[in-house]
Amino acid sequence: MRLRTTALTAGASALLLLTGCGAADMTKQASPFANAQGARTVTLSVQSWVGAQANVAVAQYLLEHELGYRVDTVQVDEVPAWDALSQGRVDAILEDWGHPDQEARYVDDKKTIAHGGDLGVTGHIGWFVPTYFAKEHPDVTDWKNLNKYASQFRTAESGGKGQLMDGSPSYVTNDKALVQNLKLDYQVVFAGSEAAQITQMRQFAKEKKPFLTYWYAPQWLFEKVPMTEVKLPAYKDGCDAEPDKVACGYPHTPLQKYLNADFSKDGGKAAAFLKRFKWTTEDQNEVSLMIADQKLTPEAAAKKWVDSHASTWKAWLS
Amino acid sequence: MATLTTTAPRVALPGVLKHQAVRKLALLALAAAILVPLADARWSSGTWPHALTVDLTTPLTGASDWIVDNRDSHPLFLYFFGYLSNGVVLSVRAVYLVLLGAGWAGVTAAAALVAWRVAGVRLALGTAAAFAACGLLGMWVPTMQTLALMIVAVLVSVVVGVVLGLAGGLSERLDRGLRPVLDTMQVLPAFAYLLPVVLVFGIGVPAAVLATVVYAAPPMARLTALGLRGADKEVLEAVESLGATARQRLLTARIPLARKELLLGLNQTIMMALSMAVIASVIGAGGLGDRVYQALASVDVGAALAAGIPIVLLAIVLDRVTAAAGHAGDGEPGHGRAAWLYAAAAAVAVALAGRVAGRLDWPDSWTVSIAAPVNDAVDWMTDHLYSGVPVIGGTADWAGHFTTWVLDPLRDGLQVLPWWAVLLLVAAIAWPIGTWRTALTAVLALAATGVLGVWEPSLDTLSQVLAAVAVTLVLGFATGIAAARSDRVERLLRPVLDVFQTMPQFVYLIPVVALFGVGRAPAVAAAVVYALPAVVRITTQGLRQVDPAAMESARSLGATGAQQLRQVQLPLARPALLLAVNQGVVLVLAVVIIGGLVGGGALGYDAVFGLAQGDLATGLVAGAAIVCLGLMLDRVTQPADRRVKKGA
Repeated sequence: MRLRTTALTAGASALLLLTGCGAADMTKQASPFANAQGARTVTLSVQSWVGAQANVAVAQYLLEHELGYRVDTVQVDEVPAWDALSQGRVDAILEDWGHPDQEARYVDDKKTIAHGGDLGVTGHIGWFVPTYFAKEHPDVTDWKNLNKYASQFRTAESGGKGQLMDGSPSYVTNDKALVQNLKLDYQVVFAGSEAAQITQMRQFAKEKKPFLTYWYAPQWLFEKVPMTEVKLPAYKDGCDAEPDKVACGYPHTPLQKYLNADFSKDGGKAAAFLKRFKWTTEDQNEVSLMIADQKLTPEAAAKKWVDSHASTWKAWLS
Repeated sequence: MATLTTTAPRVALPGVLKHQAVRKLALLALAAAILVPLADARWSSGTWPHALTVDLTTPLTGASDWIVDNRDSHPLFLYFFGYLSNGVVLSVRAVYLVLLGAGWAGVTAAAALVAWRVAGVRLALGTAAAFAACGLLGMWVPTMQTLALMIVAVLVSVVVGVVLGLAGGLSERLDRGLRPVLDTMQVLPAFAYLLPVVLVFGIGVPAAVLATVVYAAPPMARLTALGLRGADKEVLEAVESLGATARQRLLTARIPLARKELLLGLNQTIMMALSMAVIASVIGAGGLGDRVYQALASVDVGAALAAGIPIVLLAIVLDRVTAAAGHAGDGEPGHGRAAWLYAAAAAVAVALAGRVAGRLDWPDSWTVSIAAPVNDAVDWMTDHLYSGVPVIGGTADWAGHFTTWVLDPLRDGLQVLPWWAVLLLVAAIAWPIGTWRTALTAVLALAATGVLGVWEPSLDTLSQVLAAVAVTLVLGFATGIAAARSDRVERLLRPVLDVFQTMPQFVYLIPVVALFGVGRAPAVAAAVVYALPAVVRITTQGLRQVDPAAMESARSLGATGAQQLRQVQLPLARPALLLAVNQGVVLVLAVVIIGGLVGGGALGYDAVFGLAQGDLATGLVAGAAIVCLGLMLDRVTQPADRRVKKGA
């Protein structure tokens, strides 16, 4: 027993020595891998979809090659990334699809996160069927006719109903409520990750099978698997306020950047550059396609884009 | 890397066993006859009664909001958790800077020299090759990040484990209190640990390190306690008679005598820490795990493998070196110390040479990209196997049939059964195999999932586990028997098993989706792949350890190979086979949960959802239910006389 107490006191005193006396603020902690060996580092959070990887790849390339920073990337889902951003564990989120609760908490209330401006890309979520199927059955693109086709969208997982495939649990979705409130004979099957969802869509497309899926633009996969949107009841402001009662489609969201508040103030050239970083949907798709389809490393893809779009990015540096 | 020393007890006569089982079942039937009508009248049958659930959403959401709002002001965080996380950040950073400062040459040299001193020249070369491979694959910096995190986590785990183990080894009462807790901790899927630490520490390295410590410390504690208890009585008496104090006895006799167990504990702690360090990439651990995780986002198996291979190499090297340290005899200490000094000096010299040459980072021109060929191979495989294979159909059809004919009936069957019938079933299986204690624990654990309000998804997950375990056991026993009967097969299998056991589970996820589509089938497939090696290993070892005298006499009586196997080897290896089942169940559960990422749904999806949306109420409840399921499955498959050390 005495051994244990000695170990405990030793451990506690060692910790005190390590951290110095006084309060230890958990919300002001950079990643231990940051600023190693005197390099100035920026830590960017990457979300799991390729568009977000493309933003980060280009920002990282320019930060490293034009501004002389060292860049660490960490993959974190959207909501936890806000938390990490407020604690300074990451310095920036480059593509956010709208999280009003988080914004109210961290930007307006706690002021630990600062708004970093538009990314320049507009995002839209919807339901899609492959174009080869929509051409054969043009009326499938109206949600009112979906029940007619439910049997064609059946899979082993959807248990007798049509399958509406959703993706990663981290994405914004009202699909369960929509299926119920629009009285559709469909079962929402969650692929569980975007990677799984894309793999499954490509397999279906190879076999020219019909499928109905939750998907979003901008997305590189449209280049590989052309898809047509199914019209849902039109989106009006506030029609998705109550999660269980949603019976309308999804909005068009101008995607936003957010920076850690301290980084935004003292981040020097890197922060200024990230605030000015703004490009078009086409730019983003070009890089995404190189990464996801031609399997270039993000760095190689970013280099290719940077080499051919000097006028665009020169504006971000000035 | 399961290392087992089963003390094979003589199997009780089947007749007696049957008697006992029948008696237990009769008692159970009697209890059921009294209790079921009562339960039915009180709460109705069918699914879990609503009256018996506790809704934790409001308190959990409240707790999570409170933590986020008070993290930067409340003394509990400022003066306790804050220090913890600062300590972790500083130590990881310190180790990371040392590793970077030593440069690639220094780190490789140091690792090789340590391996040489501990385990000989062959392993030293292997170690150097492994580190060089990490650099070649372009993964040097992430490897160092993972290594830094691992070193800190393992050191803390060892300290915590040894302290707990000493307490358990020296005090009867503490041992009795600790053992069930440690046993339970060993069977829980790593994924369930992530949410609570994220809740307190947020995303990032501190949370990752602490989750790793919680996951990796128990084996060290168990084996330390075991080693101290197993010390030779006569030696201890001799030491005592020489008038040594209690502390001298501990330091000079008990701890040195427990050396083997301590090193085995270290080995298992390292293995578990490494697997957790990868899974912790989900909560921002960075390093190699994060590279695997990022590669999956772009469906890039090749890149995931490029980050997965260093993990496998690290695991194999660390395992071999620590295992060798456990087996090594005591060299002559004087000579050994000099050699250590030379080794250290050589390592420092190499590191300095690297610094002087200005070659600290792995040169970019020395990297090999393996992503493209691997992806081509995977694409080719999935193209040819997915559908349209003549006669047998493609993997997609199999997956569909497996889902429709096996998974659906299992799930629906479990969910249709009245809730009390499921509990009875668990009791009826657990009691004859184990004791009334294990049976009661199993029943209560399953009931807890109902109380938490996740009865249906829990049964869904359970059905996936059962299906995966069945497949695993069929394949595993068959392979194990083959390996036990032929040395060549075993030699060929060994590296394959090593790789499959240490490859991060995330790497499997995409190929299984490409082959089996999205749903529960790929989750089951990934679980089978992950659990097979352990089952094969334990089966092989169990069959090989069968008493040679018994085999000899069977042979002399003219039994054929098949007869020997059926009538001598398998019955005598029964404890090992039961252990294989138990391990299979635990490992399968761990991966079925991760199957939530490929459409497995149920509890796994809820846990992933909780992490992804920061919805801790959903995530924590799912995590707790996973823990209960793990506990239940472990107790149901746990033979009454389990006295084995379980591997990771």
